[in-house]
Amino acid sequence: MTTATPLDTAAIREEFPILSREVHGHPLVYLDNAATTQKPQSVIDALSSYYSTMNANIHRGLHTLAEEATVAYEDVRQQVAAFINAGSHREVVFTRNTTESLNLLAYTLGARLKPGDEIVLTAAEHHSNLVPWQLVTQRTGAKLRFIELNDDQEIDVDTAQAAINSNTRIVSIVHMSNVLGSIAPVAEISEMARAVGATMIVDAAQSAPHIPVDVADLGVDYLAFSAHKMLGPTGVGVLWGRQELLADLDPFLGGGEMISVVTREKSSWAKLPHKFEAGTPNIADVIAFGAALDFLNDVGMDAIAAHDAELTHYAVDRLSHFEGLDIYGPSDPSDRSAVIAFNYRDIHSHDVATILDRGGIAVRAGHHCAQPLMRTLGVPATARASFYLYNERSEVDALVDGLLEAGERFGFER
Amino acid sequence: MVSNRESQNPVDLDDLYRDVILDHYRRPRNRGARDDATVSAVGFNPSCGDEIRLSVAILDGAVNGVGFGGNGCSISQSSASMMTEAMSGRSIDSARVMSKHVQQMLTDDSFDLDAVDLGDLEALSGVAKFPVRIKCGLLAWKVLDQVLANASGESISDDSDIPTRVTSG
Repeated sequence: MTTATPLDTAAIREEFPILSREVHGHPLVYLDNAATTQKPQSVIDALSSYYSTMNANIHRGLHTLAEEATVAYEDVRQQVAAFINAGSHREVVFTRNTTESLNLLAYTLGARLKPGDEIVLTAAEHHSNLVPWQLVTQRTGAKLRFIELNDDQEIDVDTAQAAINSNTRIVSIVHMSNVLGSIAPVAEISEMARAVGATMIVDAAQSAPHIPVDVADLGVDYLAFSAHKMLGPTGVGVLWGRQELLADLDPFLGGGEMISVVTREKSSWAKLPHKFEAGTPNIADVIAFGAALDFLNDVGMDAIAAHDAELTHYAVDRLSHFEGLDIYGPSDPSDRSAVIAFNYRDIHSHDVATILDRGGIAVRAGHHCAQPLMRTLGVPATARASFYLYNERSEVDALVDGLLEAGERFGFER
Repeated sequence: MVSNRESQNPVDLDDLYRDVILDHYRRPRNRGARDDATVSAVGFNPSCGDEIRLSVAILDGAVNGVGFGGNGCSISQSSASMMTEAMSGRSIDSARVMSKHVQQMLTDDSFDLDAVDLGDLEALSGVAKFPVRIKCGLLAWKVLDQVLANASGESISDDSDIPTRVTSG
């Protein structure tokens, strides 16, 4: 890891062709990074280069292209393992996205649960770490329990302790909230889970792009994230799990690639991680994800974390001096990263988003796939600005100007 | 890079946020359930969370009055507010025709406003130029269609992306 020096955002922006386009006659200000990030030229080139030079199906071909493609695909598995400090590349399973990674776990681990068992989630889960577990409770009679937010709209050790008990079998929590921006104390909650013999799962879809994520330090059992939220292409997710735990799980999807020996009656499974990669995987996008990880490593995750934190600080500071603006999430910007959900006066977030879009500013509006959290916060919807390594203070300023314009249109003075 | 459609026919925020729309958003008309309601219905926009509830008094084959509730953006709420005013005193048949015309106007930006008289509702014609906001404008009218069908003893299939249902007859 590099030491944290300020990022040269001007040079970084040069690498992202989409950032030079205009929207409605204004330079694009892309503040929807929590939904998906933009892609550097190296990722776009890797995708195109794969199809131009080495396209083949992997793991079973005996020809040169198949061998090259297999090596390139498996190299990215090694890269992912190093990126999150996994013990072995065998612990890295490629899926379609975080949602599929979490469904894999809910399906396989969930099958072991029985009535009276409890699954602990948080009040801030994305639907992807809630709905799969609801399906498990319907199948097994297990119950959901929720770690509530504290008074500062954070998950803390005390609220976690109140939900975890001797009935807890699975703890599955969001690392960084896609609405609140808050970062949960995962290492401490992992210890609580271990103390009661529960399996600890982390949804790292928002954290892996923004802060260094070290599975050994966190002490978790499973971790899920998506390539497309960290400069990579869509269609690639990662499931990391401890080798001995993954080895003990039944397969999720059956088919080619995931078997060892197949007879008419039964099959035996391939070794890890292939046991969980049935069918032809998303070869091209996995290989392009390797270019995204190279980009992140070159810039340095510590530097990215520092940049995102600084920009979040600046944005919270500017927005909190804004009359009529409510910001959700921890009041101390040090407790959050890169995501700011807000509402402005009585202007609905869809109207805010439409008006900002006419100024070239892309934000998200709505429930952010977290309807229960919206109910907890007591709002039907929020607007959300989310930053990444290519965003600059001037773009936060553009957001503030856009909000003033929205206010004017709805009859408020500047 | 501007789409061809936009370069030929610039779309301005003023087309969307007409004064009439903002006025109905700030001062919604007929908000709240009606004590004399004979049919109530609700509709959601699952992608954004907007919700419209209608409580409608039908008397002798005509709409005696409409109350609305729910929450959402200025387009969904003002569309509902204007609808409650436009429906009052209208026969069920006439209400159905108007609903059809408004939905055509909301979805087709070449809709001929001179061919029909939609009164204040014509302020919603700009919505058709903002494709992602069309659903906002349609929500109240999809719920109204359920109410009118129920009042006529029919049930209509829900083939749109907007789930609606009658909550009491």
